[in-house]
Amino acid sequence: MTTTAETAPARVPSFDDESTIGRKLAIICSKGNLDMAYPGLVLANAALGEGVETHLFFTFWGFDIITKARMDGLKFTVLGNTATHLPQGLGGLPGMTAMATHMMKNQIADVGVPEVPEFLDQIVASGGHLWGCRMSADMMHLSLEDLYDGVEDIISAADFIEKTDGAQLLFI
Amino acid sequence: MSTTMIGGREVHVDEEGFLTQYDEWDEDLAKQLAALIGVDLTDRHWTAIRFLRRDYRSQGETATLRRAAQLCGIPIKELFQLFPKKPAKKMAYIAGLPKPHGCV
Repeated sequence: MTTTAETAPARVPSFDDESTIGRKLAIICSKGNLDMAYPGLVLANAALGEGVETHLFFTFWGFDIITKARMDGLKFTVLGNTATHLPQGLGGLPGMTAMATHMMKNQIADVGVPEVPEFLDQIVASGGHLWGCRMSADMMHLSLEDLYDGVEDIISAADFIEKTDGAQLLFI
Repeated sequence: MSTTMIGGREVHVDEEGFLTQYDEWDEDLAKQLAALIGVDLTDRHWTAIRFLRRDYRSQGETATLRRAAQLCGIPIKELFQLFPKKPAKKMAYIAGLPKPHGCV
């Protein structure tokens, strides 16, 4: 004889929940400091792992994140960042930015998070879309060849808004 | 803690349906779990699943997608093909493990 428990449907996680189908996320990365690059990359990676179509638009200082000549050298500074809880005067001393950057990079590596170029590799491998901002490229006299290989194109702000129609948006 | 029936067997699960008892899992059960979420298991899937089981036993937590890709030798792009849309969670589910908690 079959019991109710055996005929009840198995409890299975709803991986293809209706509410997430067609979900899109647009992330605008406008800052080039090391500590401001990571939030966008971490969130993009998380969204992709949840099956969310994700587009990143790199603009103004955020252009450094995808500029080959600069992406390895993003920096973290104490100056203007009271969340370090250090006297602001210290931040202006010679070598302080290099030291703070070095320490932050170690902390990021300690939690198993890759450096920026490798993180971009992971985002692209996960299906993420990277876009460079036309105005930033023009201002900095850079072309697609100067950018990280995974960047799909340099597009205008209007193009990005069009591509991310209906998306949720993060401005960082 | 609640239970559910998978392939005629009673197993302990959390609220979402992820198995909570490491030792209740075996490869026959994995085939049932995979079928429930529409994944056809190939040798490549098994490579990832067996890695996740071993890694959990030694680390005490489920590997993130990045860790799995780095240590079991299957690129992230391929993991997305093997376990579409939500690879880290789907791998963990079939391997009878909790969802990974790491951010990256």
